[in-house]
Order: sequence, then structure tokens, then C-alpha cells
Amino acid sequence: MLLAAFWFFATLMLLFGVSVVVLRNPVSCAMSLVMSFICLAALFVTLDATFIGVIQVLVYAGAIMVLFLFIIMLLDLREEKSRRLNFGATVGGALVLAAFLSIMTQVILSNPAFANQTPKLAGPKVSDVKMIGMTLFHSFGLPFEVVGVLLLSATVGVVVLSRRTLR
Amino acid sequence: MPTLANYLIASGLFFALGLGAVMLRRSIIVIFMGLEMMLNAANLSLVAFSRYGLVSGHQNFDAQVLVFFIISVAAAEVAVGLAIIVSLYRARQTTHVEDLDTLKF
Repeated sequence: MLLAAFWFFATLMLLFGVSVVVLRNPVSCAMSLVMSFICLAALFVTLDATFIGVIQVLVYAGAIMVLFLFIIMLLDLREEKSRRLNFGATVGGALVLAAFLSIMTQVILSNPAFANQTPKLAGPKVSDVKMIGMTLFHSFGLPFEVVGVLLLSATVGVVVLSRRTLR
Repeated sequence: MPTLANYLIASGLFFALGLGAVMLRRSIIVIFMGLEMMLNAANLSLVAFSRYGLVSGHQNFDAQVLVFFIISVAAAEVAVGLAIIVSLYRARQTTHVEDLDTLKF
């Protein structure tokens, strides 16, 4: 059951990922990216991380991708005209991708610990929202504050950047 | 049951797709979408490791808190990046990376 869910959502996620790379219209790219993020959220749920799955749908598929679509419409981007491919960049990119994929598969297949079946969770089921909250505020208090400052400075930066004249 | 290797390979392929979008596409918005795909591939392997490396019988919640941080940093990054793209478009009327060659050697 879990295996079937994994294969279904992983295949769907990768197919929509391919269409992000291949399609020419930026709006269809953004919509395929939304679909592939939703499949990714389903994969998170198959890993018993329901809270992360919900955040993925709310923040990524909801807020961030709406921002992307908003900017695409604001700039009124049309379908990308096909230009001559830059031969050197394409061949170099393909080489880097092939090297990355081959090294990754070698590392994953050579380590026997990665072939383990899913271990059983012990004892009574704990709520993962509660456990993430406990971990966040017990061991990661300072990083949490720093992320708050980061978000504030990003907001101020956006306001400064979007003023009509930069001084 | 799927194994850890299944999840890691799915995550690696998704990362490779994001890298492909960054290197093959020439529209700056789609390049930015490729960056998002790479961040999400990293999130997938973090959540997989948290499920398969149990700490006293439960998932390792440190990994899920790290995913939470990655998502909030990505949100800040998207806001700043899209503001930069908008002001670039105001200055140059293009989002094609080959038309932006002022800093090119």
C-alpha cells in the first residue's frame, strides 16, 4: 500500500518536474511546479511527516507559487521564443548532470544501510505537531529568533528594492 | 515498503531536474523555479532520513525542524529574488539571461 503510494507520487512528481524544464510558457511551468510540490507533500505524508506535508501545501504550493504567478502576470511574460541553443553550455550542463547522477547512484547503492525497510515506530503514537514544537522551542530557540530577524530584513529589503528610484 | 534508497534516488532525480532547469532554461523566472526544486529535493531527503533514523523509537524531529527552517528561508529568498527580478525588468525590459551581460567578462 505504502509502496504503491510511493511509486505513484514519486513518478508523478518527477513527470511534472520534467514538464517544468520542457514547457515553454512560464505559466504552465509554474502550474506544473505547483502539482509537483503537491505530490512532494504526499511523499512527506507517506513518511509520517504530516505537519511538514501540510506546511508544504500551504507555504509552497499556496503562497510561494502564487507569488511566482503574480510576478509572471505583472511582467506579462509571453511564451519564450526559441533561440539558438548555446552548444557549450548545453554539453557542459549535460556532463555535470551525468556526473552528479552517476556519483549519487553509486553512493546510494554501495551503502547497505540505505536498503533497510521502514523501521516500525515504537509505543503509542505521538503528535508530530507537538513534537516539532517541543524540539523547536527547547533546542532551537536562537535559530528560531534569527529566522525571525531574517524574515524582517527580507521584508524591508523588498520594500527598498521596489521603490521606483534607487538612491 | 519503500526503502531509504528509493526516497534518496527520487530526491536526487528531482534535484537533477532542478539543476537542469537552472542550466538549460534562459528565462530568469524559470531558473528561479529550478532553485526552488533543488531546495525541495533537499527537504525530501531530510524527511526520509528523519523517518529511517529513529531516535528511541520515534522519528528524528531535529530533521523536521531543519525542514521548517529551510522553508522559511526559502520564502524570504523568493520575496527578495522576485523583487530583484521586477526591478531588473523595469531597468531593462527583459527577463532573458542572455540579454543581461553587463557583468560578463
